Amino acid sequence: MRKLMIIIQGDFVAPRFDLATEVLTVRLEKNTIVGEPKMIIRERSSDEALCQMAVEEHITDIICGGIEEVHFNFLVWKKITVLDAVVGSWQLALEKCVAGILQQGEIVISKKDRRLSL
Amino acid sequence: MNFLFDLDIPLLLEGIPHPAMILDDSFRIMAMNRLMEAMTGYSTDKVVGLHGELIVRSNTGNNRSQLYSRVMQTGVAISVAGDIINSYRRKISIQYSIAVLDDKSGQHCGLLVVAEDLSAREAEHKSEMNNYSSLELIGHSPKMQKVFELIPMLAQTDTSVMITGETGTGKDKIAEVIHQKSSRARFSFIKVNCGALPPGLLESELFGHVKGSFTGATRNKQGMFSLADKGTLFLTEIGDMPSSLQVKLLSVLDDRAFIPVGGENKITVDVRIIAATHRSLREQVRKNKFREDLFYRLNVLQVHLPPLREREGDVRYLLDFFLQKFTRVLNKSIVGFAPKAMQSLLEYPYPGNIRELSNTVEYAVNVCGRKKINTDHLPPYIFEQHIEENPQPLEVAAEKKAKKKSVVDEVSINKQSERLENWPEIERQLIIDILKEHRGNRTRAAEGLGWGRMKLWRKMKKYGLQE
Repeated sequence: MRKLMIIIQGDFVAPRFDLATEVLTVRLEKNTIVGEPKMIIRERSSDEALCQMAVEEHITDIICGGIEEVHFNFLVWKKITVLDAVVGSWQLALEKCVAGILQQGEIVISKKDRRLSL
Repeated sequence: MNFLFDLDIPLLLEGIPHPAMILDDSFRIMAMNRLMEAMTGYSTDKVVGLHGELIVRSNTGNNRSQLYSRVMQTGVAISVAGDIINSYRRKISIQYSIAVLDDKSGQHCGLLVVAEDLSAREAEHKSEMNNYSSLELIGHSPKMQKVFELIPMLAQTDTSVMITGETGTGKDKIAEVIHQKSSRARFSFIKVNCGALPPGLLESELFGHVKGSFTGATRNKQGMFSLADKGTLFLTEIGDMPSSLQVKLLSVLDDRAFIPVGGENKITVDVRIIAATHRSLREQVRKNKFREDLFYRLNVLQVHLPPLREREGDVRYLLDFFLQKFTRVLNKSIVGFAPKAMQSLLEYPYPGNIRELSNTVEYAVNVCGRKKINTDHLPPYIFEQHIEENPQPLEVAAEKKAKKKSVVDEVSINKQSERLENWPEIERQLIIDILKEHRGNRTRAAEGLGWGRMKLWRKMKKYGLQE
């Protein structure tokens, strides 16, 4: 069982980990989504609090935009797989991640998504 | 504007010496220069058509394109400081400048975004801050090292600081450094000399006044407290502050609010106070010249700056530092001091401390027309004072004079005059000293002073030395 956390802003993966207030958690079983994705709106943005949350929620994978080295290293040290600097729609990123083809720094945006507002 | 040539936008962007990009009217990237590619970690061909903020991930309040929208709507360029996190997980400080672009019909059609990388400048500033000598704080003596160790601790807190030390020891400089190293550094550091202005003017200067509050108050004026909001207010010569203002200052320190002269409404401020004085405030409190409660309120953290005569070995460093400084400023080619001049300068006691030393070197650099500063280039008082104030011969003379029942012990006066400012204080100290010397025997003390017993009794009564 994998537990995925995507740091989002509207329809997009949030540009910055430290400024994001929206978090989506998804459970994955054998590369399929189990149950409904859970959306959490946080009262305020905090990179420290997000790291803490990831550890407490037993997250195995994180998809995010820009993240500072220190927080990246902390999450990796906690044995969490971090796919950072991802740009684009979080739904596309999630699909790619489930399929196991999402990469760090990937721009996942369709022509349709380009019209979406940040 | 109609150009006589076609603008090649990518080429134009390359000419900008900072990371830059052009966005269309929906804030999507049209072009980026190579510096922007390097800073963000994305190549232009991959990001063309993407929203600018997805690539330049700034914290400048541009969340959900607020800044872009504002510039696009108003047409007024803005520039804000902040940082970005690039794809290499590096946080880079930037100055984010956004300007609108118009098409031929004058309609806003896009934005020019420049993100100046400030990290190099900040690193330089940090190294400057860590290196005290670049802040003109020179000191290798143990006493000064202790002061330097205190500075980071004092900078971390918002508590009031009291800086004491003789005139010319660098109280202002230390106050400024504490401010610069504190979290208030990006706000104002305002210095007010409490001894330089008459009470009425000082009150208006500190707390401001409203129009019509007194003759000549033709407009509202903000006081130094308002101007220093979120910053630091440095009150120098606090020992000379009039009593009436001391009360008001105390209430500001307690309530963090005040009413301007002639005003009705309270103004709330967040100001850190650093006070300095060359007087002994405890002595001032004892004489009822300074409020005890204010003294305790200000004297939370204390830094004492040692006089130059107590800073072993620092004179040489300071001489070299000021020589280099003034040689550079005055465009001279002096390389150093001749041994005799250096000897004289090292032996001089510098009662005016670093200010005097600096002035002495400035004089010498101005006068000197050669490669090395000689004794001829030094101010004459260096040699005169040196004879008078050399402590060793004076102490010997003191012993002799005490035996000879001299009327006034010149040595004591010389010694005390460094600390005491007026004659009654000097005379009082003189009586104490002579009484101590004669183990409280008044007859012999009076003889020592060349006075009768009655005069000694009268003086002791005057100075409160009677049991």
